[in-house]
Amino acid sequence: MNLTLKIWRQKDANDKGKMVDYPITGIEPDMSFLEMLDVLNEALINKGEEPVAFDHDCREGICGMCSLYINGEAHGPDRGVTTCQLHMRMFNDGDTIYIEPFRAAAFPVIKDLVVDRSAFDRIQHAGGFISVNTSGNTIDANAIPVNKHDADTAFDAATCIGCGACVASCKNSSAMLFVGAKVSQFALLPQGKVEATDRVLNMVKQMDEEGFGNCTNTGACEVECPKGISLENIARMNREYLKAAFKG
Amino acid sequence: MSGILNSSIGRKFAMALSALFLMIFLLQHFIINFSSIVSADAFNNMSHFMGTNWLIQYLMQPVLIFGVMFHFIMGFVLEIKNKSARQIKYAKNNGAANSSWMSRNMIYSGLFILIFLIIHFIDFWIPEINTKYIQGDMSGLLPSGEYRYYEELVHKFQPMWRVALYCLGFVFLALHLMHGFMSAFQSVGANNKYTKALKGFGKAYAIVIPLGFIIIALVHHFNH
Ligand code: HEM
Ligand code: SF4
Ligand code: FES
Repeated sequence: MNLTLKIWRQKDANDKGKMVDYPITGIEPDMSFLEMLDVLNEALINKGEEPVAFDHDCREGICGMCSLYINGEAHGPDRGVTTCQLHMRMFNDGDTIYIEPFRAAAFPVIKDLVVDRSAFDRIQHAGGFISVNTSGNTIDANAIPVNKHDADTAFDAATCIGCGACVASCKNSSAMLFVGAKVSQFALLPQGKVEATDRVLNMVKQMDEEGFGNCTNTGACEVECPKGISLENIARMNREYLKAAFKG
Repeated sequence: MSGILNSSIGRKFAMALSALFLMIFLLQHFIINFSSIVSADAFNNMSHFMGTNWLIQYLMQPVLIFGVMFHFIMGFVLEIKNKSARQIKYAKNNGAANSSWMSRNMIYSGLFILIFLIIHFIDFWIPEINTKYIQGDMSGLLPSGEYRYYEELVHKFQPMWRVALYCLGFVFLALHLMHGFMSAFQSVGANNKYTKALKGFGKAYAIVIPLGFIIIALVHHFNH
């Protein structure tokens, strides 16, 4: 396959940045999107140019490190996959492909396609955990009965890998799908209920302070989420938040 | 509880409450208007009741005005906040791949509704206030001794331009509600086993009510 890539290049956080065209040839349909970028970077290095910086780690769809806004969609045109699991067979010979970083004021660009998603870490630090005694008498989680439906729903929420595609896809750069998933994961389980009030208040407060936008229920996040996290999680977070806020 | 309007979810909640209130009001307004194409007497009686009942005039009317103002001011505030949450736009963004046009353009459908509402106020509300509270005529009667409401309504729908604008306003309201109805329920945290049914009901509400208003306007325009 021969393609034209239009890639966002930006030296560092202070650089203005711009889209740059790169023709590329000899791409196999079975290559992953990141392998295609590896081919491009090898060619750039051989020519003595600066390779394109992009995020990745596991390359098997589980870590949430890869990103990219490809042809106007987070993680590209395929559904239920991260960019590392996107394959070139989704494209046609001769295509022009736009490759941009995830855009949000809360996700500043570090370089080229790499953005700083530590806002998510700070939201997690604000409440995305449970406090347990680890001094030798830790209670086995399995000792507390949990009904099957709640366990399954909590597990579905827990599959969120924190990639940020929801924020990138949202016209408001809202982080509510991510935070909704993290709040739900704990709110549904007995271990999480103990700290539920503080958790939701603190996580939402941190989310707002990071400068994410307000959800307007367009549902774009749910469609683009590689893990199929459902909007129900946002509704649950809204309920948890209102319950907590009216409690005082 | 304090400062709930300072949080993103609190603002969403307030927005949804104002929207739910407006949707209930709209239904009531529709029922009264609809009566005008069934029976002029029924319309006159209901209009006179609504226009002179003190509970409606001095409690519900201010609440409604506050509700509308709150809704569109909050709508603008949210829009500005949300726009500033992404300073650099995408060179290519395929919004149609993951969301409806209605959901992405609430501010534009809303803006058009606002323009319509301003004209609607000038057309109907200000003359009412003038007759009742400035000229002090609470009788609701024409010099002929009949109720004036039906006559005034029919008269208003004679000019073509007003009917056209009226219809256009309701097309935008339909677009607004096609996303807005379900969105309001999601905002207050209602997403459960009834969601599917509610979605269907919402689509029906969003089409039937505005279409009904359009039909009422057309009937009066072409019948006289
Ligand atoms: C006066 C002009 C109006 C403006 C400028 C306006 C603006 C907006 C905006 C910008 C939103 C999006 C906010 C969001 O989705 O979170 C919205 C939502 C909504 N609007 Fe309006 N609107 C207007 C009138 C109306 C009217 C007359 C109705 C109903 C009779 C209505 C019903 C709704 C509903 C149901 C929502 C969804 C609320 C939610 O998502 O929680 N709007 N409006
Ligand atoms: S909710 Fe989905 S899109 Fe958002 S961070 Fe989690 S996995 Fe990624
Ligand atoms: S690199 Fe780990 S999910 Fe893509």
